[in-house]
Amino acid sequence: MKKSKVFWAYVAIAIIVYAVVQFSMSSGMIGSYYSNMLIIMCVNIILAVSLHLIIGITGQFSIGHAGFMAVGAYISAIVTMKLDLPFIVAIVAAGVVALFAGLLIGIPTLRLRGDYLAIATLGFAEIIRIVIVNIDYVGGAAGMTVSRQTTWTYAFFAMVITIIVIANYTKSRHGRACIAIREDEIAADAMGINTTYYKVVAFAIGAFFAGVAGAIFSHQLFFIQPTSFGFLKSFDILIYVVLGGLGSLSGSVLAAVLLTIVSTYLAEFPETRMIIYSLVLILVMLYRPTGLLGTKEITQFFKFGKKGGKNV
Amino acid sequence: MTNLLLNVEQLGIQFGGLKAVQNVDMQLFEGELIGLIGPNGAGKTTTFNMLTGVYAPTTGSITFQNEKISGLDPYKVTQKGISRTFQNIRLFKELTVLENVEVANHSLATHGIIASILRLPSFFKGEQKMEDESLAFLKIFGLDTYKDEFAKNLPYGMQRRLEIARALAANPRLLLLDEPAAGMNPQETHELMELIAFIRKEFNLTILLIEHDMNLVMGICERIYVLDHGQLIADGTPEEIRSNPKVIEAYLGEEVVE
Amino acid sequence: MEWLQQLVNGISIGSIYALIALGYTMVYGIIKLINFAHGDVFMIGAFIGFWAISRWDMGFIPALLLAMVICAVLGVIIERVAYKRLRNSTRIAALITAIGVSLLIENLMIFFRGAQSAVYPPTIENKTIDVFGAQINSLSLLILAVSIGLMILLQFIVHKTKIGKAMRAVSHDAEAAKLMGINVDNTISATFAIGSALAGAAGVIFGLYYTRIDPLMGIVPGIKAFIAAVLGGIGSIPGAMVGGMLLGVVETFVSAMGFSSWRDAAAFLILIIILIFKPSGLFGKNTREKV
Repeated sequence: MKKSKVFWAYVAIAIIVYAVVQFSMSSGMIGSYYSNMLIIMCVNIILAVSLHLIIGITGQFSIGHAGFMAVGAYISAIVTMKLDLPFIVAIVAAGVVALFAGLLIGIPTLRLRGDYLAIATLGFAEIIRIVIVNIDYVGGAAGMTVSRQTTWTYAFFAMVITIIVIANYTKSRHGRACIAIREDEIAADAMGINTTYYKVVAFAIGAFFAGVAGAIFSHQLFFIQPTSFGFLKSFDILIYVVLGGLGSLSGSVLAAVLLTIVSTYLAEFPETRMIIYSLVLILVMLYRPTGLLGTKEITQFFKFGKKGGKNV
Repeated sequence: MTNLLLNVEQLGIQFGGLKAVQNVDMQLFEGELIGLIGPNGAGKTTTFNMLTGVYAPTTGSITFQNEKISGLDPYKVTQKGISRTFQNIRLFKELTVLENVEVANHSLATHGIIASILRLPSFFKGEQKMEDESLAFLKIFGLDTYKDEFAKNLPYGMQRRLEIARALAANPRLLLLDEPAAGMNPQETHELMELIAFIRKEFNLTILLIEHDMNLVMGICERIYVLDHGQLIADGTPEEIRSNPKVIEAYLGEEVVE
Repeated sequence: MEWLQQLVNGISIGSIYALIALGYTMVYGIIKLINFAHGDVFMIGAFIGFWAISRWDMGFIPALLLAMVICAVLGVIIERVAYKRLRNSTRIAALITAIGVSLLIENLMIFFRGAQSAVYPPTIENKTIDVFGAQINSLSLLILAVSIGLMILLQFIVHKTKIGKAMRAVSHDAEAAKLMGINVDNTISATFAIGSALAGAAGVIFGLYYTRIDPLMGIVPGIKAFIAAVLGGIGSIPGAMVGGMLLGVVETFVSAMGFSSWRDAAAFLILIIILIFKPSGLFGKNTREKV
């Protein structure tokens, strides 16, 4: 009974945040600079939370998440720009195609472990990028123009849905199976858990939302290019998850929020931004390898606290 | 009582050029409590790993309830009704005690991924059922008061118990215990053995037990298999094993060291 | 004779991959770390060589040696500062740190000297030699000669010297090596020094051959070299050499057949196929997890 009260409290907070920001945007209190930042923040949260499911919950080190984002960005662009279908169709198509890409890549590679898996996913993401470069239909290396159709409403609700789906999945027998795999794959197998299946499922769900993030992202940017989805983008997403705490959903949300703000202010100085990012990455690994929150959720720190990120 | 549950024929495995286990024949009948003993490095755990599908045997076959199971993946073997514990405790450290058992209870509920995401009624029903069942197992092992502790925070003896509770929750017909009393003091060992005898009756289980401590195995097992250098050198009742010259020879070096 | 020419080209670029791959494979063999920053050490080597030749008027050989020495020092610093503390943490934590170090070196370089590329001055006369009707340029042969020379030297160090024996012992079993009185820390540092020196040499050779260098030039050859190491069997020194050459030849032929924009994809495809079907590579050993 108490749990559902907490749930409705979150829903209320989410609606208030949405309404306040929406009102501020439409009344011009938040300019285009900050509304762009807020939308990119939502995109980054979706990416962080979806990778959190793969790395933080299931323990499978994928460092090619930008590959799925690229699939989503391009598929959605094709749907709106070439096929002239509505944006919402494009978002769903982006997620579904990315999901299939996740299955295609996940089924052969998820037999690998640890750093070998990491390298294989990086390789696949690069292959996706090279394939896009070689498709003239979507502009090849030169890129593709996309009309801006993303609004705060799309970005915000896509983010909320991502968080709800992944939080609910995690707190079920399926999510427990995934955590068991992270903790000890051999023991999980011995307890009757089909480890390959659950790894692939986590990968596919993660890929779906990365695809959705790609769709929102491409329709915010006016213009997409394969280079935007290289492994530097994958590392960006990885940093959110690692910094926030492997296994902590609110941690990855918090990290995505903080780092989006940092990188917005440092947009003019990309190498300074990357120097800060890389130092953060190294220092976190050396002195606090569990990340900011470890596996804990932010609610475990403040008993009556709000869910991280939603109120920023 | 005389139904053949597990039939192992000519089982063997080779790692590179090394024949780790060879020509092992074993028959386990329903309801038996069997010991598998042997000196260090005799191939006991390797045999377990073959029985549970972790290693695929290079020769021979394993038949469980008249069904060939050699070559199946571990999770399928578990679903067929064989579950195990590990010599070097392998709990899910960052899950709570209750959740550890619930993982093994996985197949008890049927709510799917979509139902879980949408929080459909079948989700709540299924999760409740898993929780109740898991709590019942924890109660038997005296772990119910620790249900919300992380497994990694339990004292050593409790961790060993939790491993058995978890294996039991996978709903086995045959339970394989790999040195369940390792590192326990005599008092704890004694309690554990009583517990094993109890769950065997309560759940109508067949149990195969690896144990290093000869006296302990002699005390509770009805039959014993002895492995040495990867081969079975004897099997029989505790009395027969005790007086078997081959067994004495295999163990002699060990006993002196200990 | 077109194919012979391509083959020589392939082996030349492959020998650059092989030199970098050696560092990957030695480090992986000894501490099980994919040293992502290795490609950036290669980049630093290329810049040291560039400065040595264009600013300090050094010849090719002194520039090569200087780059090797400075990269060796850099390799040891990276190991001592970033990786040493991680010996007992998970391999993934180590991998993430390595990615961090890589990004840091690249961006510090951009921060201090800018992202623009530099062009190597022509130091060595490049003649084309006619071999059985194939036009082979002398630079390719020089690259090949230097690489092979360094590899022979490495074989000598690993198999005939005390430090080489210590390296093999530590990679086999660090604990046992320690008990036998081997200084594990120094051995690991020596491994980084040797691997980084080779990468530095590869950087200078790369600069001579392709002339254009920039702060991000290490990323792609670094990953290619890693692929070469995996192809040969990570941890195996002859494997890295053969893997590097093989990858170079495959890439050259893919380009020659008119698929140059797919060249990198071919390399990644090889990586994935090897990882999935034969993760131990051509020369590696199989390992299994203990249960």
